[in-house]
Amino acid sequence: MASLTPVSGSADLRRPLPALLRRPGFVISSVFAVLVCVITVVPQVFAGLFGHGDPRRCDLADSGLPPTPGHPFGFDIQGCDLYSNVVYGARSSVAIAVLVTAGVLVIAVVLGGLAGYFGGWVDAVVSRVMDVFFGFPALVGMIVILQTLSVHNEVTVSLVLILFGWAGLARVVRGSVLATVNSEYVAATRGIGASVPRILLRHVLPNSIGPALVLSGLNVGLVIASESALTFLGVGLQTPAISWGVQLNTAQQYFTTNPHLLIFPSLFLTVTVLSFVLLGDALRDAFDPRLRYIR
Amino acid sequence: MLESLPGFDPAAPLLAVDDLHVEFGAARVVNGVGYAVEAGETLAILGESGSGKSVTARAIMGLVRPPRGRITAGAVRLRGVDLLRLPEESRRRLRATTVAMIFQDALSALNPVLPVGFQIAELFRVHRGLSRRQARARAVEVLDLVRIPAAAQRAGDYPHQFSGGMRQRVGIALAIALDPKVIIADEPTTALDVTVQAQIMRLLREIQREHGTALVLITHDMGVVADVADRVVVMYAGRVMEQAPAADVYARPAHPYTEALLGAIPRPHRRGRPLAVIPGAPPDPARPDPGCRFRQRCSYASEACEEAPEQVEIGPGRRTACHEWERVSGR
Repeated sequence: MASLTPVSGSADLRRPLPALLRRPGFVISSVFAVLVCVITVVPQVFAGLFGHGDPRRCDLADSGLPPTPGHPFGFDIQGCDLYSNVVYGARSSVAIAVLVTAGVLVIAVVLGGLAGYFGGWVDAVVSRVMDVFFGFPALVGMIVILQTLSVHNEVTVSLVLILFGWAGLARVVRGSVLATVNSEYVAATRGIGASVPRILLRHVLPNSIGPALVLSGLNVGLVIASESALTFLGVGLQTPAISWGVQLNTAQQYFTTNPHLLIFPSLFLTVTVLSFVLLGDALRDAFDPRLRYIR
Repeated sequence: MLESLPGFDPAAPLLAVDDLHVEFGAARVVNGVGYAVEAGETLAILGESGSGKSVTARAIMGLVRPPRGRITAGAVRLRGVDLLRLPEESRRRLRATTVAMIFQDALSALNPVLPVGFQIAELFRVHRGLSRRQARARAVEVLDLVRIPAAAQRAGDYPHQFSGGMRQRVGIALAIALDPKVIIADEPTTALDVTVQAQIMRLLREIQREHGTALVLITHDMGVVADVADRVVVMYAGRVMEQAPAADVYARPAHPYTEALLGAIPRPHRRGRPLAVIPGAPPDPARPDPGCRFRQRCSYASEACEEAPEQVEIGPGRRTACHEWERVSGR
């Protein structure tokens, strides 16, 4: 460890951005992540690259046809252009993934953090509520709630996924906050007269949020998969909506005869999840001073 | 700040711990510890691991917190103001400004994700309300005061980029930044090698002399005690066994435990012979015992020891808690 190289080493330390740009992992993953986000915002630009670019212009005569010139991904079972469908599908899938991940992270950090820091009855209440959600069959719960709600759009699906998803992450946050709170430097901070909000936000949180961030990155893929499971059960997004979940579910039935229906949407899903995970990882490495010297 | 708090008495000792009891669950770790220290004085707290030295210090700082630990009785007074009866907010404002603590292992006592300069500057921002820029300038001054070379550059470095000795200097900087009246140093040199130990002790003494700070030095290094302490408190199993001016303790211990500790120091003329040790192990703090806690390991133990001895005054500033002190000190 080059712990005492004063000039060149510490230049990196104070400006993480140039150091980041020299990491291939960061550059590649961020290019893909940005690309996916741009597709989400303006799908029409990308959908028109090949063929007519309208996901709703379908001809049943083309049902399930493999890739042809002008239609690089082929056609889905309704005879719609699969490429433009996948591009438009990014919108719902990424929106749900981002909403759910952010919502779960906020709830988990707040509740898990408070439970871990204050302990006592706060911890008891939060932990028992978490236990309720662990013991409850989540899928049944989601079906019941979505069945009762008449609207099935991105927001309602996200809210239901957040409701049944926060407990796992909150437990992780609680655990790492517990470990941090009992460390000597938190006692030292208390010993120099820092107030509770300051201890929590400045000292406990930055030291305990790492595992939660990594887990959230991995969760992005799981969320998209859960959305497709709900769709499969008929309580997720409804058929006129276009999402990767809907496409993957339809593809399951035709996988043996028309494999391209499964392959192309899952390719996009994999690249999206991977780029978000790698991006999160690279960011954490770059901004955590403890890891910065280890190349 | 202290002056405005209830019970303030300028004639009272600067820091006085009185009959302090601390429990961790069933374990009674501190059982009636009392000592006092005046401005400019160095009080060494001696005793083996688990004798309650650090827990007493943490109780003074207010770091013994439920549900893990509980202070069941006693008082901690700063010029007469009982800290244990103050509201948390007043206690918080006294920390670092009036009483500060130096921790044993500076690496674990510093936040690994913040630059050290920021952590020191935080003190000035929280307690003095300085701006970010002013606080940073003061932090550099303090780092300079503890003789960290190129302090302005080093302020931006993270704890893991410092060597052990430099890190302990940062720990000291944190403690002295706001010029507190009392500094509690919990084994400040235990994690360091011998040459650095001497530098750190010298630094502590210089700071103490310049600012007239009272220093409570927790240690089990008898050599350090002989070097710097004015008075010594010897603790065992959560009780004070003996307190006396430092020179007296070395010249004529008045408690069998002190005598045994002094006897266990390796000495050049005993080279080649086995080290003297105290036989047995310290008692279980979870098991109460009405007698003297040291009697099972004591070579002077008699029947009277089935009952715990009271502290008796045996000379100017000298107290011992032993029925047989006259035999021990050879009077």
